[in-house]
Amino acid sequence: MYRYDAYDHAILRQRVAQYRDQVRRWKSGELTDDEFRPLRLQNGLYIQRHAPMFRIAVPYGLLSSTQLRKLAEVARDYDRGYGHFTTRHNLQLNWPKVEDTPDILEKLADVEMHAIQTSGNCVRNVTTSHFAGIDPDEIADPRPYAELLREWSTFQPEFAFLPRKFKIAVSGSTRDRAVTLAHDIGLNIKKNAAGEIGFEVLVGGGLGRTPILAKVIEEFLPWQHLLTFVEAILRVYNSYGRRDNPYKARIKILVHALGAEQFRKEVLEEWANLKDGPSTVGAEELERIARHFTAPDYAALPASDARIEALKASNPAFARWVARNVHPHKQSGYAAVTISLKDPRQPPGDCTSEQMEAVAELADQFSFGELRVSHEQNLVLPDVPVSALPEVWEAAKAKGLSTPTVGLLTDLICCPGGDYCSLANAKSIPIAAAIQERFSNLDYLFDIGDLDLNISGCMNACGHHHVGHIGILGVDKNGEEWYQVTLGGHTDGVKGRETALGKVIGPSFSAAEVPEVVETLVRTYVAQRHDDERFLDTFERLGLAPFKEAVYAGRRPAALNTSAARESTHA
Amino acid sequence: MPDLIRRPQIIRSAPAPAIVADDFARLVLTVSADAPETSESAATVVLPSVADAPNLIVPLAVWQARRDELLARNAEGGKLGVSLAPGEEAEALAGDFAHLALIAVEFPKFVDGRGYTSATLLRRLGWSGEIRAVGDVLRDQFFLMRRCGIDAFALKEGKDLNDALKAFDDFSFTYAGAVDDPRPLFRRVHRGDASLDTGKSS
Ligand code: HEM
Ligand code: SF4
Repeated sequence: MYRYDAYDHAILRQRVAQYRDQVRRWKSGELTDDEFRPLRLQNGLYIQRHAPMFRIAVPYGLLSSTQLRKLAEVARDYDRGYGHFTTRHNLQLNWPKVEDTPDILEKLADVEMHAIQTSGNCVRNVTTSHFAGIDPDEIADPRPYAELLREWSTFQPEFAFLPRKFKIAVSGSTRDRAVTLAHDIGLNIKKNAAGEIGFEVLVGGGLGRTPILAKVIEEFLPWQHLLTFVEAILRVYNSYGRRDNPYKARIKILVHALGAEQFRKEVLEEWANLKDGPSTVGAEELERIARHFTAPDYAALPASDARIEALKASNPAFARWVARNVHPHKQSGYAAVTISLKDPRQPPGDCTSEQMEAVAELADQFSFGELRVSHEQNLVLPDVPVSALPEVWEAAKAKGLSTPTVGLLTDLICCPGGDYCSLANAKSIPIAAAIQERFSNLDYLFDIGDLDLNISGCMNACGHHHVGHIGILGVDKNGEEWYQVTLGGHTDGVKGRETALGKVIGPSFSAAEVPEVVETLVRTYVAQRHDDERFLDTFERLGLAPFKEAVYAGRRPAALNTSAARESTHA
Repeated sequence: MPDLIRRPQIIRSAPAPAIVADDFARLVLTVSADAPETSESAATVVLPSVADAPNLIVPLAVWQARRDELLARNAEGGKLGVSLAPGEEAEALAGDFAHLALIAVEFPKFVDGRGYTSATLLRRLGWSGEIRAVGDVLRDQFFLMRRCGIDAFALKEGKDLNDALKAFDDFSFTYAGAVDDPRPLFRRVHRGDASLDTGKSS
């Protein structure tokens, strides 16, 4: 993984000093709350329902075991001994003290970590696939490009106060696992006929209140032009993006208003000034970065292991875990392993300091000391020898990290919701828990098969509800917490059907009704599915009607009159 | 009468950051939402005499509407600056550089970052004179502003000028190219070492 050089270190140390002084000036009254707010946000610090929320960047989802141990230490020393991994690869602490944040950052800087631009109206942490570099269907490793963008966007001076936040995702595989269509800029690596690397450039995607999928504005951008092209996009956005209404300030609204074609014209016109200029990336710089992402020292291993096959045959629990949590690898004899953070005893994505240390240990023993954060809010050991799977499984099991449900209904994505977040309309964690409890029978879960269920506590869509096969959204109806259900969203990532937004099934439900509603949807699917059809496939074949009928059958008509769930409009 | 904003002292970043005396007055049109009929317009606002305000900054709209009068002031020994509000295009001034002593970029709220792009584009258009940040101008943005070509800072009223001077030292190195140095870090130094490069210039 990328290791800092002397410049990265110097910049980060000065950032910590700058921020420490900002906190001091805020405490002494030299900075007003309003003046301090954007400054702390650009350093990941929100003030939330109960306490500050502190978001630590995990650049493009890569962690070393040393970094994870430091996160464990920080969560223990400055928080309540746990953190929350988010859909954007980051780690959130829910209970730190503002006064401690400079010290936390100082400690993080020791291991090349920070909270730079994890919030605020600036270019945020760049994300990519959690299988980057090991994916059998990878065209090229996206991580060097993500690192190029990380460096370029860090304190890029012109774009620190954009109309709204700005998220970039890079995918290097034929199957897009980074949900590039739901980002402000999505970059899909391609090879042209000559075998050269470039990007398909998408602009204007986003979830939130107005979900829109990104549009292609460039079919093939040679990689050398990555930074100048992104700069051109941001300059157009910074100049013309709306600032009168935060809900209409994302680039997706500008692209929509201008039309993708006109937006593209503006970008190309601006790009003409930058193309081939000093920010053009040369081979030397790409190689400097790419050197950090070379394959680890793999051993020559046989593709399959008789001992593992035998254990799978004799131990159904192990077999289940292998079926769901172990993923193919481009290196023979190796596998990627998902360390599940979806044990029903903990909120989705939460991880205790003790668990982090256990995972760090596993990474050291079995995965070259590295791991990943997935946008499904799990951890991944990327390079595990197949022969070590039983040991990894046992060790993960001992810490509640072996839930064998990756890609199943209870591997749900869930935002912090009303328990923590002051923007929430409704709680989301208890809904997740109730669903996980209802679907605790593994045989049943395996029979249901692939099913993405995503929960957000409000329209901001931090839990990606729009793109869940089943999406659950917290809404506020006359001060009460209700839940709207959408069906048919997905992030399949397959060319031509990369991502879709779910359709609302009908009037919303009370918290108590949600598990039963999900159960009914699932039963409808099971009754109607053809061989090998996933929930999503059956839904796409049949449409909304049978699901809707099943869910609302027998409900009092009064319940149907409340579809105008009031959407709260706080900022 | 229009508002005339004066800052007896401003900060300049070049040649070295310093607090300097300043005698420009910045004309701001008074706009009243309650009584629109009392609002001033670019066409009718009373311009101060050269004696009252020899050095004057006016909004772009006033410059465009009252060009001849303003040029006459220049002929009488006045100096002229034009201020760009967010949303106003830098290109609007491209043909006028010869008449201007400075261009001001307005930051009505410091979180409105359009001024960074305006300043960048002014430099690209070839403006080499002063670019002055005016409005909600705070020390925590100086470093960014300077990188975008802003070299004069009319600090927000009530903020400590001496304290603000320190902000230019926030960072010794930067990654991206910008107006101050269009080369990204990887073209300025040799990267990848555990100690700082002392070979190439920075
Ligand atoms: C608890 C504090 C949080 C606050 C105050 C917050 C706030 C917001 C807001 C206001 C938006 C909508 C932005 C827009 O539409 O312009 C948003 C979107 C989003 N947030 Fe959060 N969020 C929080 C936590 C999280 C967490 C924990 C995650 C990950 C699990 C997350 C991931 C996202 C994602 C993926 C989006 C959608 C991006 C898009 O609109 O394209 N946020 N958040
Ligand atoms: S979706 Fe809403 S409730 Fe959930 S974390 Fe985001 S802002 Fe908070």
